[in-house]
Amino acid sequence: MRLWLTPVIWIASLCALTALLPAMAPLFSWVEGGTDNLIYTRDSFYTLLQSHIWLVLASATMGTLVAVSAGIFVTRPAGRDFMPLVSQIASIGQTVPPVAVLALAVPAMGFGEKPTLFALVLYGLLPILRNTLAGLGGINPAVLDSAKGMGMSSVQVLFKVELPLAGRVILAGIRTSVTINIATAAIGSTIGARTLGDPVIAGLVNGNTAYVLQGAILIGFLALATDSLFEALERAWARVFSARAHKA
Amino acid sequence: MIELKGVTRRFGEAVAVDNIDLTIETGEVCVLVGSSGCGKSTTLRMINRLLPRTSGQILVDGEDINKADPEALRLNMGYAIQSTGLFPHWTVARNIGVVPTLLKWPAQKRDERVTELLALLGLDPETDARKYPHQLSGGQAQRVGVARALAGDPNILLMDEPFGALDAITRESLQQEMLRIQRQLNKTTVFVTHDIDEALKLASRIAVMDQGRIIQHDTPEAILRRPASAFVENLIGKGDRGLKLLALRTVSGLMERHPEPRHPEPVTDSLNESDSLRIALSLMLWNNTEKLPVLDASGAEVGIVNREQLLKVGA
Repeated sequence: MRLWLTPVIWIASLCALTALLPAMAPLFSWVEGGTDNLIYTRDSFYTLLQSHIWLVLASATMGTLVAVSAGIFVTRPAGRDFMPLVSQIASIGQTVPPVAVLALAVPAMGFGEKPTLFALVLYGLLPILRNTLAGLGGINPAVLDSAKGMGMSSVQVLFKVELPLAGRVILAGIRTSVTINIATAAIGSTIGARTLGDPVIAGLVNGNTAYVLQGAILIGFLALATDSLFEALERAWARVFSARAHKA
Repeated sequence: MIELKGVTRRFGEAVAVDNIDLTIETGEVCVLVGSSGCGKSTTLRMINRLLPRTSGQILVDGEDINKADPEALRLNMGYAIQSTGLFPHWTVARNIGVVPTLLKWPAQKRDERVTELLALLGLDPETDARKYPHQLSGGQAQRVGVARALAGDPNILLMDEPFGALDAITRESLQQEMLRIQRQLNKTTVFVTHDIDEALKLASRIAVMDQGRIIQHDTPEAILRRPASAFVENLIGKGDRGLKLLALRTVSGLMERHPEPRHPEPVTDSLNESDSLRIALSLMLWNNTEKLPVLDASGAEVGIVNREQLLKVGA
């Protein structure tokens, strides 16, 4: 299973770093010489990582469910009227920066994890929605015509033909969404969510580069590990549904 | 039996199919022929309810198709289209087995059926079954498309220009396969094409369509001999009508049969029983001869065709 080797290596190094960072004080004294506070200690890195992953995972799950269902809905005969509206929202939404979404969520929901989660779900929806529409729309109409002509019900066409064929593109959308949200979740620290952004914010406020670096390194590794995990997932999907499944 | 009674289909203001009546008998091959946009595909797609009709009635074995469940209706109608519409993420075997699977046949019965169909359409049940559609040539993909349409052993076959995108040689050989399969299976078939030669070759009856109406519905021979209008005359091509008539018949019907099969003389050109009279004439012209021997499948000479008789057929 060489497919899964790269993500396993990345995840292992992320875990190792989380455990070993507190022991690396001498290394950080090199970048931040003037102080004794070389390692961020308000929370353990492990707690921060866990909470960060939870935020991203929860938002990605909700975002995927909502976006994929919406994408499916507007490509059915019943929802076709909403297609222009939804695809417009999907493309306009991409132009709003994530920080703005966070800033708008605070007055509505107060501080903490809730507004962060809300903002992450909202922002993560769009790439998934866009790719769901592209994936479902990119299927050769003759394939759908013959699926229906063979006697498949609409539900069978959806689950046996459309979703397997669009799956790889949808998966790529989820990948984009999750990667963006790993970065966006860090900004959640500014509104009181506990994430790997905490050391970064604390470091910026106190002028402690070591803190900033520790947060940034872990966020970077988390993003890379996640991305390689999705890379492997996409390949596995393609392997199951033939090499050129998304073409027709 | 399929009956269309006063069937009309409008797309907005445009009338695609205009009040047509058509009866297709059980076991016959009805070919709808006409130029593009004449409503032939629309007509076909109304029969399996991929398109709803605007008005009129379509009956299959006396039952209005609108009363049946559309999925159940389609499961009993094989469907093959020009662009094949094979599922790109499934192997050839799984593609062919789709209708048996939908019909919930036991796995073993389904697999046997797939193997049988691969063999029937001249594909290799061992190697080709495991291929994916993008690994097939155009002709092979179309064979799989036809096999898939036949898989559920439907009573009715609907074919929408299935050979339209193939090169002439592949198309010719698939037409031969179609004739052979049709002789074996006797499916009630509705076949759409814009190619009049294909229509003449495959049809038991041809319906010529123009601007949403059926101009003439008759046997190939009657269409050639008595075209109903200038449009039909143009479509069949006035010039080589005689040759087209000869192409409709095989030499086995016309030859003088020997009482006993003989050993053929090795030097002369010869015909097969299944060759058309058109080929017979062409060979006679080429060899500048009055007579040609006819061989059966085993290579024995079973009869003689002579030119005089042959020329009378075309008259």
